[in-house]
Amino acid sequence: MAAAAVVNGTASSSEWEGRYYHVDQILDRSGPRTDPSFLAGDEVKEFLREKCKILVIGAGGLGCEILANLALSGFKDIHVIDMDTIDISNLNRQFLFRQKDVGKSKAIVAAEFIMNRVPGVKVTPYFGKIQDKDEDYYMQFNLIICGLDSVEARRWINATLVNMVDSDNPESLKPLIDGGTEGFKGQARVILPTVTSCYECSLDMLNKPTAFPICTIANTPRLPEHCIEWASVLEWPKVHGDKKLDTDNPEHISWLYQVAAARAKEFKIEGVTYSLTQGVVKNIIPAIASTNAIIAASCCNEAFKIATSSAAYLNNYFMLIGTDGVYSYTFEHEKRDDCPVCGGQSLAITVNKEWTVERLIDMLIERQDIQVKKPSLSTPGKQIYFQAPPQLELATRPNLEKKISDLVPDGGEITVTATTLPFNLSLRVKYT
Amino acid sequence: MIKIWSMKKNEDQAAKKRPKTSAAQIRVQKDLTELDLPSTMQTKFADEADILNFELIITPDEGMYKGGSFEFSFNINANYPHEPPKVKCKQVIYHPNVDLEGNVCLNILREDWKPVLNLNSVMVGLQYLFLEPNADDPLNKEAAEELKRNREQFVYNVKVSMRGGSIKGVQYNKVIP
Ligand SMILES: [Zn+2]
Repeated sequence: MAAAAVVNGTASSSEWEGRYYHVDQILDRSGPRTDPSFLAGDEVKEFLREKCKILVIGAGGLGCEILANLALSGFKDIHVIDMDTIDISNLNRQFLFRQKDVGKSKAIVAAEFIMNRVPGVKVTPYFGKIQDKDEDYYMQFNLIICGLDSVEARRWINATLVNMVDSDNPESLKPLIDGGTEGFKGQARVILPTVTSCYECSLDMLNKPTAFPICTIANTPRLPEHCIEWASVLEWPKVHGDKKLDTDNPEHISWLYQVAAARAKEFKIEGVTYSLTQGVVKNIIPAIASTNAIIAASCCNEAFKIATSSAAYLNNYFMLIGTDGVYSYTFEHEKRDDCPVCGGQSLAITVNKEWTVERLIDMLIERQDIQVKKPSLSTPGKQIYFQAPPQLELATRPNLEKKISDLVPDGGEITVTATTLPFNLSLRVKYT
Repeated sequence: MIKIWSMKKNEDQAAKKRPKTSAAQIRVQKDLTELDLPSTMQTKFADEADILNFELIITPDEGMYKGGSFEFSFNINANYPHEPPKVKCKQVIYHPNVDLEGNVCLNILREDWKPVLNLNSVMVGLQYLFLEPNADDPLNKEAAEELKRNREQFVYNVKVSMRGGSIKGVQYNKVIP
């Protein structure tokens, strides 16, 4: 067996002298602002390079940058999830992909590229949706970085990570670093589920997708976008009935493009193209490679600092605005009490297993610490009792007489909403 | 790794896991159970277990649409309240702000939607369309022009359409019980 090169006490065929020279300047000694828990030297290097497992969600514009940065800063056990395949239009900025890769999985191609380029790094791809994976899967990671362009996927991973936090298990709290870009603008943030504000807390800060008044689209189109929306919002359902528009289906996009182009011609509007059609219906925001590079770099620096405690990390929101000169702003986004994911009150209650739902509701109303009037109750996917609207009240009324233990298992959860609660309340029920 | 656990406040320790009910579901539960609808509006659930898809029936008790019963479908997706509910009129009605496919021109359903709005705001907005049809945001151009040109004729057309009659070659649905 060939002897592996031995450098600075670590033996591995993929190591060479000076490989980590620069990074080790930071890891070998502490600075004035390093976290008190930081232990300079071999232990932290071993954690980063041998133990730390990091998940990257998204292998697109941000994801390519993130994967490269992580690999080059010493993370060696990287996983990546992406459900998309490579499109020719990605090649201008998603630099891990080549012409020959068009049509293949982004996650798989990106993983192979990084492993070929950076020796000793293991990248494990998953070609599919984040929703395919369960808590056990997410539990294996130390850190998660998101480079996504979908609000829905972000809300899902955020809620999943907040839900995973188990007060008996410190390992269940997974830092989430989220990056996002939009043209020359971007943001990077650090979310410590249940500790800091979460993605859902700041949902109302998002720029909402541009929507045009439907009567403008119908009567007085002036922009190419109006014609495209006319095709997708009004003409598609008229012609295709209940058939759902699939924005990933090129035939559907072609149909919209043709209909929109005809409309544009009628109103003498210029600028309807196939790619604009795709952009409008998929709500694609222009992606600029260098903005992705800045935001991805910022996310990876935070990942490095959190993984090593070698420097103070971002608390908790970094905003970059490059549209009017350059302006950046870092602030602490506050947790929202009425956040449906991380806010609200949580209460463990113990009730007699013979109690009816009505009795439980009476108990909630009487409790001074809750101050609830007219509560409505549900368990995941099932209503227990709704105060309104009348039809649902009537439908759930028979449950009032049922035993709560017949509807909710021991240790199960109940979501309570009420006009008097500015937020929702979660109950965890134990029976005696 | 940084030690995050010590940052968790003690009060959180008692709080175990939360229900796996999605944020959209919780919000819809809150919106629905706090609906404060006048007697002229009623919700109807085809499947009572599915609170994301239902109908709203508006029966105006004043104005030119008085006596009609107008049905709207509400479809709410997992991105609510980031995205507004999808609302369509289920009948072919003669109204300047509703087209023949049931699309509705109501600003808070599209360009002016905000997550702080709720189902109640949308329902109140829909009802208002029957009290004050707006000729300036037309989806049914014929109807809008008639309303602008000759209000009396428009009111007459509304009556005809509500009985299931036709106006300018378009057959409308009967909405009077
Ligand atoms: Zn939150």
